[in-house]
Amino acid sequence: MSDLTRKTAAELADLLAAGETSSVELTRAHLDRIAAIDGSDGSGEGADDGVHAFLHVDADGALAQARASDERRAAGSAAHALDGVPVAVKDVLATDGLPTTCGSRILEGWVPPYDATVVRRLKDAGLPILGKTNMDEFAMGSSTEHSAYGPTRNPWDRTRIPGGSGGGSAAAVAAFEAPLAIGTDTGGSIRQPGAVTGTVGMKPTYGGVSRYGLVALANSLDQAGPVTRTVLDAALLHELIGGHDPLDSTSVDRPVPALVDAARQGAGGDLAGVRIGVITELAGDGWQPGVMTRFQESVDALVGAGAEVVEVSCPSFVHALATYYLILPAEASSNLAKFDAMRYGLRVVPEAAGNGAPPSAEEVMKATRDAGFGDEVKRRIILGTYALSSGYYDAYYGQAQKVRTLISRDFAAAFEKVDVLLSPTAPTTAFPIGEKVDDPLAMYLNDLATIPANLAGVPGISVPSGLADEDGLPGRRPGARPGARRRPVLPGGSGARGAAHREVGRPSCWRRPRS
Amino acid sequence: MPEISRDEVAHLADLARIDLDDAELDHLAPQLAVILESVASIRGVAGDDVPPTSHPIPMTNVFREDVVVPGLTAEQALAGAPESEEQRFKVPRILGDEQ
Repeated sequence: MSDLTRKTAAELADLLAAGETSSVELTRAHLDRIAAIDGSDGSGEGADDGVHAFLHVDADGALAQARASDERRAAGSAAHALDGVPVAVKDVLATDGLPTTCGSRILEGWVPPYDATVVRRLKDAGLPILGKTNMDEFAMGSSTEHSAYGPTRNPWDRTRIPGGSGGGSAAAVAAFEAPLAIGTDTGGSIRQPGAVTGTVGMKPTYGGVSRYGLVALANSLDQAGPVTRTVLDAALLHELIGGHDPLDSTSVDRPVPALVDAARQGAGGDLAGVRIGVITELAGDGWQPGVMTRFQESVDALVGAGAEVVEVSCPSFVHALATYYLILPAEASSNLAKFDAMRYGLRVVPEAAGNGAPPSAEEVMKATRDAGFGDEVKRRIILGTYALSSGYYDAYYGQAQKVRTLISRDFAAAFEKVDVLLSPTAPTTAFPIGEKVDDPLAMYLNDLATIPANLAGVPGISVPSGLADEDGLPGRRPGARPGARRRPVLPGGSGARGAAHREVGRPSCWRRPRS
Repeated sequence: MPEISRDEVAHLADLARIDLDDAELDHLAPQLAVILESVASIRGVAGDDVPPTSHPIPMTNVFREDVVVPGLTAEQALAGAPESEEQRFKVPRILGDEQ
C-alpha cells in the first residue's frame, strides 16, 4: 500500500502545496489501491470478495483531472486547498458523463447530462473524482445489501455489512481507497456507515448543502455531506461543498460557518465551557454492551477535556422511528413516481395482450417498475402510497408530521440547556451480511439514533470511539448531534475525536488490518 | 391500524404502478403488515393543538430573477430516453381502444 493512501486529505493538501507530491501521483495511488482491493472491474458487479465500494471507477477521468490540477499548481493558481486531492462520490449524485444508478436496475446505464451542484463544486475546486460509490437502492437501507449490484463489504471484516445506505463511500474511505467521499444522509446514511466502518460521517444542517442533482429519496430529510477519516477533513470538505445554491430553493442563503477553524480549535482538546447533553432515551435494551462501554469512555474523555456533561431527556425521540417510516415512504413514493420508463432509464415492454394490442404506457410502466425496483423500494413505495391514501392520511402521515414538530421541540428545549447532544450512532457494530436483509423492521432499528436529526433538520456527526470488546469491530462511536447552525458543531466532534485518540491510541480506522 | 390484507397490498401496488406477481405479494404483504403495525404506535402521540411540520426550515415563495439561462439541448435531454423520434420522447400508446 502506498503511504499516500494512508494520509488524511489535510496532509495531502499540505504535500501538494509543498510540491512534495503531485495530484497525478496520489490519484494513481488511490486508483491502484482500488484496483487491488475493490474487486470491481467497473462493470458494477462485485463477483469476488473485494470491498466493492465502487460501482464505477473513472480512472481516465480522474487522471485527466489530476493532470489539470498539477498544471494549475505549477502555474501558481490552485483553485482550492484541496485542489488535486481525489474524492469518491455516492452514486446518488448526478455526474455529467459518468453513470449514475442510485444502486438501482431502473437507472442501469443512465448517464446524466449535467452535474449535481456538489459535484460541480468538487470539480471547480479541482478534486479528481475517482468514481461512484455503492449504496442501498435509492438510499433505502442500512447495510448496502439493497444495492441491485451486490453488497459492499466492510473492510474490517468482509463478511459484514459496511452500513448504509452510503456503505460504499464509508468503506472506500475506511479501506484507504479514497481520502474523501461524499455521502447523503436521509435518516443516518452518512453517520451509521461511519459508525460501523470507523470513519467520520457528517450530516450538515438541512439546507446547508445543495440538493440540486441529488436524486431525491425524501426531499424534507435528504442532505449531502462529507465522509472522511478525520474531523478536520470533514470540515474542509463541508466548507467546499456547502453554501447557498440558487438551483435548490431549499438551500439556506447564509454564509457557511468557519468549520475548518472550529475543527482546528477543537483539536486542541480543550472543551472548557462546552455543555454536552447525553440523550437519556438512546440507551438501554437493544444497545450492544461493547458499544455502550466505548461510548461511556468517550463521555468520560469529554469530561476529562473540560466539557460539562449532563443527561438530557428527549421524550419524543422514542417515536422518531415510526414518524420517519411514515414521512419517508410518503415522500419517496411520490419522488420515485418519476421512474416511469418514458423519458430515461429502464423500459420493459411486456408481452402483448391476447387481443394483439401493443402494451399501453401504463402496462409498460408497471412492468418496468416491477423489474427495475428491488424489494425494499417496493415496500417503501407501497407503504407511502398507503400512508398518503385518503382515509389514512390524517391518522398516519398527518400524525407523523405533528410528532415531527414534537421532536423538533425536544431539540429546541435541549439546546436551551446544552450546546451539543451526544449518543452512540448505532445500537450495534457491523452485523453479518444477510442477517437482516429480509427483516425490514430489524434493519430499520439501525437508524434509531440518527433519524431525529433528519426530522428536525439539525446537523450531526459520527466520530470513532474505539472497538467493541466482544467482536473487535468499530461502531461504538459517539454520534454528536449538535444543534442549530450557530452551535459549535465541530469543536465538539473534534474534541471527542481528540479524546478518543488519547484513549485508544491511533484512530481505529488506521489499524484496519485486512486487505 | 387495520390489518393490511393481501388484496389491499395488490391494490396499492396497482396505484403505485408496480406489477407485483403472486410470489411477491405473498412475500411483501406480511412484511408490510408488520411494519404498519409498528408505525401505528404513533397514533394519539400528538394532540390536536400540535401544528404539523412538513419541512425542517420554514420558508415560502423562494424567488429568483426572471432571466434566461442556458438549459439542456434536445440531444442532451433525449440522450437517456428509451426511445425517441424527431427530437421527442417516443412513448407507448397512452389511450385505450375505446378512446
